[in-house]
Amino acid sequence: MSSPHPYIPATEADRARMLERIGVDDLDALFSDLPASFRDPAIDLPPALTEPELMALLANRAGQNASPSRPNFLGAGAYRRSVPSIVPYLVSRSEFSTAYTPYQPEISQGTLQSGFEFQSVVCELTGMDVANLGLYDVASATAEACLMAARATKRQAVCLLEPIHPGTAGVVKTYARGAGLRVDTAVSADEITDEHACLVVQQPDFLGTIVDLEPLADAAHETGALLAAVADPFALGMLKAPGDAGADIVTGEGRDLAGAPAFGGPSLGLFAAGLPYLRQMPGRIVGRTRELHPPDDGEPRTGYVLTLQAREQFIRRERATSNVSTAQALIALGFTIAVQALGPRGLRESAELCYQRAHDAARRIGALPGFAVPERGPWFQEFLVRGPMSAPELSAALSERGIAAGLDVTDRPEPEARDALLFCVTEATPDAHVEALIDALAAIGDGA
Amino acid sequence: MTAPGPGREDFGARLSVDRSVPGRRAVDVPTWRGAKTSLPDASLLRDSLALPEMSQGELVRYYTALSERNYGIDSGTYPLGSCTMKYNPKVNDLIASQPGFANAHPQAREEDAQGTLRTLLELRHGLAEVTGLAHVSLAPAAGAQGELAGVLMISSALEDRGELGQRRRILVPDSAHGTNPATAAMAGYTVTHLPTAENGSLDRATIEQELDETVAAVMVTVPNTLGLWEQGIEEVAGLIHDAGAYLYADGANLNAIMGRVRYGDLGFDVAHLNLHKSFSTPHGGGGPGAGPVCCTEELAPYLPTPVVEECDDGVVRLAAPERSIGRLQQFHGNVGVLLRAYAYLRALGLDGLCAVSGQAVLNANYLRTLLHGHYDLPYDRPVLHEVVFSGSRQRREHDVRTYDIAKRLIDHGFHPPTVYFPLIVPEALMIEPTETEPPEAIEALAQALNAIAEEAADDPDTLHGAPWSAPIGRLDETTAARRPVLRWQDVGVSEAVSRMSR
Repeated sequence: MSSPHPYIPATEADRARMLERIGVDDLDALFSDLPASFRDPAIDLPPALTEPELMALLANRAGQNASPSRPNFLGAGAYRRSVPSIVPYLVSRSEFSTAYTPYQPEISQGTLQSGFEFQSVVCELTGMDVANLGLYDVASATAEACLMAARATKRQAVCLLEPIHPGTAGVVKTYARGAGLRVDTAVSADEITDEHACLVVQQPDFLGTIVDLEPLADAAHETGALLAAVADPFALGMLKAPGDAGADIVTGEGRDLAGAPAFGGPSLGLFAAGLPYLRQMPGRIVGRTRELHPPDDGEPRTGYVLTLQAREQFIRRERATSNVSTAQALIALGFTIAVQALGPRGLRESAELCYQRAHDAARRIGALPGFAVPERGPWFQEFLVRGPMSAPELSAALSERGIAAGLDVTDRPEPEARDALLFCVTEATPDAHVEALIDALAAIGDGA
Repeated sequence: MTAPGPGREDFGARLSVDRSVPGRRAVDVPTWRGAKTSLPDASLLRDSLALPEMSQGELVRYYTALSERNYGIDSGTYPLGSCTMKYNPKVNDLIASQPGFANAHPQAREEDAQGTLRTLLELRHGLAEVTGLAHVSLAPAAGAQGELAGVLMISSALEDRGELGQRRRILVPDSAHGTNPATAAMAGYTVTHLPTAENGSLDRATIEQELDETVAAVMVTVPNTLGLWEQGIEEVAGLIHDAGAYLYADGANLNAIMGRVRYGDLGFDVAHLNLHKSFSTPHGGGGPGAGPVCCTEELAPYLPTPVVEECDDGVVRLAAPERSIGRLQQFHGNVGVLLRAYAYLRALGLDGLCAVSGQAVLNANYLRTLLHGHYDLPYDRPVLHEVVFSGSRQRREHDVRTYDIAKRLIDHGFHPPTVYFPLIVPEALMIEPTETEPPEAIEALAQALNAIAEEAADDPDTLHGAPWSAPIGRLDETTAARRPVLRWQDVGVSEAVSRMSR
């Protein structure tokens, strides 16, 4: 007579009482609208596990991934960060984590006021006027930026400046197809024309190089296009805010400051823009307001609500600015707390520490016999490494030594990327890992 | 502005920047002691950054206080219709946060991520079994992105058939979630709305009338947003296929039918699921979610990239389907959410899934019975996972709107239901208790709602001003939209914040 599962409280006795109150004989009567010939199909699922069995199974599974303590020099869109300890602690408070979209602001001020903090932080980092509550990830945020630019300029093409993350370019192409937009890729801003709604530029670019956005913004604006910068928010602790360099839209990936990469997600697409585009923006936006009915002796207090919802799908339906409903609010909370914990000096110091450590590692690798670090200009945390053998061979040789090498970018069109791996060293890469890498490369170089 | 009295602290007016004291810090950054590299040219660097400066303890207190001004499923009953606010098992969070899973780099070699990939493969198989649609991509980040994937897959299939140019319409019932028409429009289609028949199902005659060679697809939510089964959907599927169109299932309400009937068996070509609803992953205040897309053999070549596949060598890999619509995210999907959903599926098994759908439906009907007579019920018949009442009577007789009823429910300690949706029910109160609420909680919710119905007659002003006991009173949403204040920089707090300078 017990309940069917720890997650389901009603017991057999409860169910009998409820059915009687409803006035039906059994549960089946409530499913009588379902077509009988399709009811209760054979479904092949493994048997249920108790909690200890489940934990044992999945601890074993987690152990089948490469050890988290293994030296890893992959970046290319996901970066190891020193996440302040208070971030996972606060984000796991279930008043935050188990709430829904804040449709009832009076009992959702935690989510909403945090959201206002988030929008403010994103505006400050990007140098933009308005930010939304976040989109799925940097790539879908950039795709939405392209759609917004097309709406704003009434143009039917967008221009992606290489080198851009192939994942970002891929998602832009997926979204562009539905909207009937042409996606061009360019190696120089000279290629932008008056057919383009926007020029999309990654900062730092896919191969790690810091981009001077100002001439690109000028080139875009000369043709009447917008500049959409895809910027790493951590690097913006040190780099010029894209808005100050002339960007009209800024997107970015906020996941890494909020927590671990988890094989790519959940992520956090930052989306900010200049004020003229506010009513064209996709996604949720929090606004500040006041109480309607303060008591006779009191001033109205300050509160936060979801606002400008006339843009959104649940009101505007097929005329909405996007179909997006989910805002990655919990990751946005973690991002906000991380940025605020670091503060203005900490964020700058972290970014510079990252820069120094990456450059130091690159310099040491470049000094090894048989190795070169081809540079394309000033760079932030990722660098190309060419070894005495092909890129896949070097990657395999490191893997044999228990080190995850940088991403193989040898297929890229840029000449510097030929035969190269894209390594990443950040402020959070352990010193011992860097030493192990250099020892391994030296040994590989000796053997080659 | 006069200072608020005791008990009326204006907490919302004191943001992080208002709490900032120059020189305080919450974390220290290690000092670099190695050789210094000169920084890039100053023209590339920022010269100011205005962020709050707070100590660690102050920051923790600020966000703890904020959390106390929030209501989650762990706080109490959260009967938000269509959103499936069920208990989120904590073991799932624990599992997903294990370092082996959490630290897996998305660019890692597949051989180095077999634990994650095998788990995703088994989730893929499980979802295929539950939906009866054998092919699955776990890539979509949320339901709406799963919808976009599904509709773009239909576009690709039509393109390969040479019919994309002519099939420019998607039919969507007037009871649909707003994401359905918004998705169809995003994918470049014109939306035709289908009226709901008197019994709460699709009107078959209208569908037959609309179906022609210009229709690409029909998007149907099953069960629908009235909490009702779409009667005769398996026959409608035949009509749609005969007309050369595809049938799309919005699986947001899968919770009601898990283990009992499957989209694929009924004739659906493609479906998305909301794992943050039916599979209990935490909603996080509005995200993250996950919206896998499941389809038939015919549409499988078009699935979004990547799909998880086991190769002949026993290694699980990420693959791009032959005619894929492409990528939806930079990487592979919201893997942390997918791991939680997998754990949920394994904790339940088939018997557990059936117990979930059975209890979800029983709870909704129990609530329907307890509220019956106190509120109008436009579609008065047994429901599945949720029930949609109307506050029309209260509006007409007492000038009390559903909005007021919802706000008053906050004073009774509950999160209000979904209101004003679906659009076809005036003054709608859309209530979904879910299977994880005990009968006592459903009785207490019904008691509160019924007391409010009486109060609407006796003391409507109390409802008009509600809530009275929330951390903050009813907020002015009109002014928020008319004169947007969207960041602290708009409030004039800059003197409280020290500006970092080089």
